Amino acid sequence: MTTDAVRNAWYPVGLLSGLSVDGEDSLLLGEKITVFGSDDGTPRVESCGHILPVVQRFGHLWTSLGAPDKDLFTIPEADHPDRTLVDVGVVRVKCSPLRAVENFLDVAHFPFVHTDILGAETHPEVRDYKVEIRDEVDEVWATKVEFFQPQAAKSAGGGITTEYMYRVPAPTCSVLYKTCPPRPGEWDVIALFVQPLAEDLCDVWPWMALFDDESSMTDLIHFQQLIFLQDRSILENQIPKKLPLDPAMETPTRADLTSVAYRRWLKRHSYTYGAQLVAE
Amino acid sequence: MILYDYILSPSCYKVRLLASLLGVQLELRAVDFHPGREHKADDLLNLNPAGSIPILVDDDFVLTESAAMLAYLASKYGPDWAADGDPQAIALQHQWLAFSNRLTATLGGARLVEMLNFEGDLEALQSSGVVALRELEAALFARRVSGGTFLVGDAPSIADIACFPYVALAPDGSVSLDPYPSIRLWMRALRALPGFIEMPGIHRLHELAQDPLAEPDS
Repeated sequence: MTTDAVRNAWYPVGLLSGLSVDGEDSLLLGEKITVFGSDDGTPRVESCGHILPVVQRFGHLWTSLGAPDKDLFTIPEADHPDRTLVDVGVVRVKCSPLRAVENFLDVAHFPFVHTDILGAETHPEVRDYKVEIRDEVDEVWATKVEFFQPQAAKSAGGGITTEYMYRVPAPTCSVLYKTCPPRPGEWDVIALFVQPLAEDLCDVWPWMALFDDESSMTDLIHFQQLIFLQDRSILENQIPKKLPLDPAMETPTRADLTSVAYRRWLKRHSYTYGAQLVAE
Repeated sequence: MILYDYILSPSCYKVRLLASLLGVQLELRAVDFHPGREHKADDLLNLNPAGSIPILVDDDFVLTESAAMLAYLASKYGPDWAADGDPQAIALQHQWLAFSNRLTATLGGARLVEMLNFEGDLEALQSSGVVALRELEAALFARRVSGGTFLVGDAPSIADIACFPYVALAPDGSVSLDPYPSIRLWMRALRALPGFIEMPGIHRLHELAQDPLAEPDS
């Protein structure tokens, strides 16, 4: 269902570094779009002969089928000149775009899906953390999330307790901030930008802004692709396919507080693309 | 020994997996296959004109086909993993290595279309992949009723390692493994081998981990 909230949101549709001047066909919310690169830095997106609004940010091209009533969100931390910006590339997943975001917000699956990297089977506990919908910015935030991780980042030498903050600044985007092993006091930024192709199909564009002078760009890309592809097979098997927004549908535990807040926030905004409101 | 590697490539994983099962250390060189297409750039084309990965380099000896790499690693470090002496076993192993190329072309092709947006006729790739899976299921069923677990002989061999990854990742290309019980048992046996390593989409056997709620032995 495409409500105004759905049509007016910004969505990623390509890597600025990978656009084709000849145009490339894609889908957005089930509608055909064509994404054109350009030699003079003015890429454009067309749908049924119309030119859609575009924004170039975080290494990606963003567009909207409607009339966005606010600018695409920013990630001020990512502007630090010492950060390495990593275009991870696209991965197609047969799941609801909202399920892809929700999975990104979950820490409880780390020991079982990202075994010996982001979690260990011997350390499955999710400690208490804080979740809020920040009305002044209209975003979901989870803070003080702590988790033991055998290899938290490419730059991590061994097991450490990592602190996370999660942020949902747009319905199909999530940004996480996590302990930066080489620079205590700073946060690594890892984002998941999701392009909804259909209610049960999406292109996922992970992106990172890291402090890491040691690893090669290819190593950084591969680390994130490794992690995300471990999630992909799980995401494609989730049932029901659409994210349930009816609180009677699932029984969350304390570890799922971020997910509960995300679902409430989507419902508040009538963001229902890829969601189901009542049990089918 | 240097392996030019991509973490999401099942063909690279074959070589990493056998090396791990044999306890051989490989020096991994990550190739930016997606989105960078580094395997089609000059440096790697000089090493492998076919523009494919993996590439295995042992001093000045270079291999560019994963089946040949499996044979090389087995001959050098794990003779039990390659048939020797028995003409039929040797021939069967070659047959499965050749068969694995069909899995790469069909199930692997469907996976690239579905996952990384490559060009290809998805339906044709999937249906020819299913034909290959049905042949494998029939062969493994015949092995099971005669008491065997693996494709050739009494023990796992390079034939199993060559076929395993693209079969296990068939669901990435939207080809279900539900209809193939013998294939699933065979995969489980391979995943239970000491030294087994996973890759994204192929999870380790969590069911073999100790139950955290189990009473300790008294």
